[in-house]
Formats: sequence, C-alpha cells, structure tokens
Amino acid sequence: MRSSDQRRNARIASRSVQVAFLLILIVLWFLATTRWRVSPLLLPNPVLVLRDFWEILRTGEFLGDLRVTLTELAFAFLISASSGVVVGYLISRSQYRIRVFEPLFAGIYAVPIILFLPLYVLFFGLGPASKIALGATISFFPIALSTIAGFGHVEKVLVTAARAMGASEYQLFRFVLLPAALPVILTGLRMGFTVALLAIIGSETIASLAGLGHRIVHLAESMEMAPMFAYIAFVVAIAAILNTLVSALEARGKRP
Amino acid sequence: MTAAAVHSWLRRPWLARILIVVVLFVLWEIAAVWWVDPMFLSPPSRVFMSLKAVFDTRGVPAALRITFFELAIAFALSVAIGLAIGLAVGLRPFARQSFMPIILLLYGMPQITILPLFILYFGIGPASKIAFGVSHGVFPIIVTIIAGVQNIKPILLVSARSMGASRWQLFRHVVFPHMIPSFFSGMRLGMTGVLLGVLLAELYVSTAGIGYFTTLFTQNFDPTRLLGLIAVLAAMAIVLNEIVRRAEVHFSRWHTD
Repeated sequence: MRSSDQRRNARIASRSVQVAFLLILIVLWFLATTRWRVSPLLLPNPVLVLRDFWEILRTGEFLGDLRVTLTELAFAFLISASSGVVVGYLISRSQYRIRVFEPLFAGIYAVPIILFLPLYVLFFGLGPASKIALGATISFFPIALSTIAGFGHVEKVLVTAARAMGASEYQLFRFVLLPAALPVILTGLRMGFTVALLAIIGSETIASLAGLGHRIVHLAESMEMAPMFAYIAFVVAIAAILNTLVSALEARGKRP
Repeated sequence: MTAAAVHSWLRRPWLARILIVVVLFVLWEIAAVWWVDPMFLSPPSRVFMSLKAVFDTRGVPAALRITFFELAIAFALSVAIGLAIGLAVGLRPFARQSFMPIILLLYGMPQITILPLFILYFGIGPASKIAFGVSHGVFPIIVTIIAGVQNIKPILLVSARSMGASRWQLFRHVVFPHMIPSFFSGMRLGMTGVLLGVLLAELYVSTAGIGYFTTLFTQNFDPTRLLGLIAVLAAMAIVLNEIVRRAEVHFSRWHTD
C-alpha cells in the first residue's frame, strides 16, 4: 500500500501548509498592530476584533440588521425564483422561443446590473424596496437561463418514448420533463440565491438606511475599526452559512 | 414575396429579438410620457436627445474617462497577477493541493463587505477602485488558469519529457497551447469581475467620480441625465465584455474536443 501511504502523507503535508498559511497571516496581523505600530485606525488589534465579535454575538445587537437583510433576501429570492422558473418554463416550450430569448437574457445578464441601483433608489427610495428590486433583477437571469437550459434540453428520445407509451401532458411533465430538468434548475436557484445575497449586501453598502451592509459602512464612517472588522467577519460567516445551507439543499434535491 | 416567405422571414429569431427590444422601448416611452411622474422616469427619446447634456455636465466626461482608465488598469493587473499565481500554483501538484482551497475560500467570500476598507486604505481616488476591481477580477482568472493547466493530459507531458523536452520547451509547446482556451475564458470571467468591482466602488464613493453624479442626479430627481449616464456606462461594459468574448471564441477554436 505504498501509493496510498504517499497520498496520505501528501494530504497531511498540504493540510499543514494551509494551516501554517492562516496562522502566519494571523501572527503577522497581530505583530503589525502590536510591534510595528500600524495605526489602529487602519488595522485594529485581532484580539480586540475577537472580543467585539463575541460581544456582538452575546448582546444580539446584530439581530435588527440581520432581520432587515434576510427579509430583503427572502422577498428578492421569492420574486426571482417564481418568476424565473415560470418565465423559463414558458420559454423552454418551443425551440423558437428558446432561440429568441436565450441570447437576449444572456446578453442582459452580461451587463453589470448593479448599474441600475441608482435608478432603483430613485424609483423605490432608500429603504428595503430598492434592495429587493435589485436582488430580484440580478438573480432572475441565472434562474431563468438555467430553467430554459433544464427544460429545453431534455433528450428527445425520452419525450417521444413517453408519448408513444401514451403519457398525458401532466404525466409527461411530472415523470419526464421535471426529473430531467430539476438538477439544472436547482443549480440555477443556488446561483441566483448567491448573487441575490451579494446584490443585497452590495446595495446596502452603497445606499441604504439599515441592514448588515449599512452597519459596516456606518462603522467605517465613524472609524470604529474593531467593531467594523467584527461585523465583516460576522457577515462573511452568515454568507458562508447561507451558502452551505443552499448547497446542501441543492444536493438533497438532486438525489433521485 | 409570398405569404409563406414572409412568414418564414418573420420566424427568424434575431428579428423577433429586435422586435421585442423595440416593443419594450415603445412601452417605456408610452409609460413615461403618459403615466409615470417625470420626476422618476424619462422617455427613452428624451434620454437619447439629452445624452449631449450628460456629456456637457461639468466633470462627467472626466469621471467617465477615469472609470474607463480604472477598468483598463484593473483588468491588466488582474490578468498579470492571475496568470502569475495561476501558473505558479497550477503547475505544481503539491502547491495546487495546498493553495487551491485557500484560493477558493477567498473567491467565495463576499468581497463587497470589505469595500469600505479599500476606501480607507486607498482613498477615494482611482487607486481604491482599481484595487477593488482587481480583488474581483483576479480570482476567476486564477481558478480558470489552474483548471486549464490541470486538464492537460498527463500523457502529453510524459511523452514530451521522454522525448527530451526542456522545461521551457515543455511550457512553450505543451502547456502554453493547452492553456489558451482557459486563459481566454478566465479573461472573460475576469472582465465581468473587474466591471463589477470597479462599478461597485465607483457607486459607493458618493463624493467623487461616477458615484457623485449618480447621487446628484438621484437627489435632484433628474432621471433623464441619470438614465443617460447609466446608458453610457452600460454601453462601456457591453463593449468591453464583447471584446473579451470575441477573443475567447476566436482563440478557443483550434481546440474543440
């Protein structure tokens, strides 16, 4: 079993490189704030950041902003998921419509839609509505495009075979089209969720009254660096948790 | 032309596509003229006619020029750094195994959360926007380059080596040609990232550059000039995207399997 031993050693070695890399980064950060006297206005002490992080978790002061952000995300995703899947399904019903709409959507999706944020702020104000609108717009396209791809490229043989065996329209949809398209649609929904989250935090950062992105900007503008770093860590953790959750749901949905 | 010919001509997808866009613009025009308060929406005809007014606004041409310059520099830096890191990490299996998870972790992080830090460190000028653009553009390039060199069939490397190829020859004649398709798709993804990063930072800073004017036009309820400015920026983004997309299609043609 020589080769498996070697492989295990290589894995341990690369794991230790990863751990060492992160440790060195943290030690450098610590030294920079204590030894080398980097201004605390640029880089706060990691110990202080950690303390503030626990403080935020303990006092639960994040709850208000988290609720705002998650509510915006829920509405945005609900809108884009329902409209994206329905529009995608309707388009996928004919090859002609696919050829008309797929390049159109792909073209719009290539434009950085964040550019519309000032426009949405003008239409919907600084509150949650403009964030929901932007998140829904940005996540509509990956969801619609993957729904088109999912339903549009079901193998013809399967459809013909099901028809030949006398499947009704409903049976065709339920037992052939949907199972074939579902994995692709789920991937699109996951991508849509991720970009909606990014769009919402981004638009909160640029122009807003509340939410996690707004909190970070507020702390940055008042130069409270340690709580700001703690909030950044908090948002990164929330995003990681949400993305892991959605990926797990996707994997579960793909299991036959 | 017979009716059937007219019918088949109308069935062309690109024609229908143009028709849809035209209909959308007409609906927008009608809505803006008759229904929506002119404080919030201008008809496309007015926006188009007052594009000149956008450019005549003091400071707007300079802000657009600077944004273009930021995009170009950020893209060039992303490609250079991404190529260097991608090759350094991708060509050594051990380095790939060690650093790929770290790179993917950083790539998956919502970088928008650290945008205020970029402004604090690099100021409100072009430096912060270029840095933020690079932070968005460099990771997709690194990841696609690593994936590209990883997909080179080992037999090609082994046979080149057994025929006595030097390290440089191996790179020049085996690695490099196989890298080209992934290099150009990396460039396309990198351009998307750079556009997002630079425009986010531009919109975030409301005291200078594009962000100043979008905030100004929004607060003055001047949808005509706001739409004009957004249209010019969108056109800039579309042209830049199209250039790298064409390059990708052109350079990945030799290798179709």
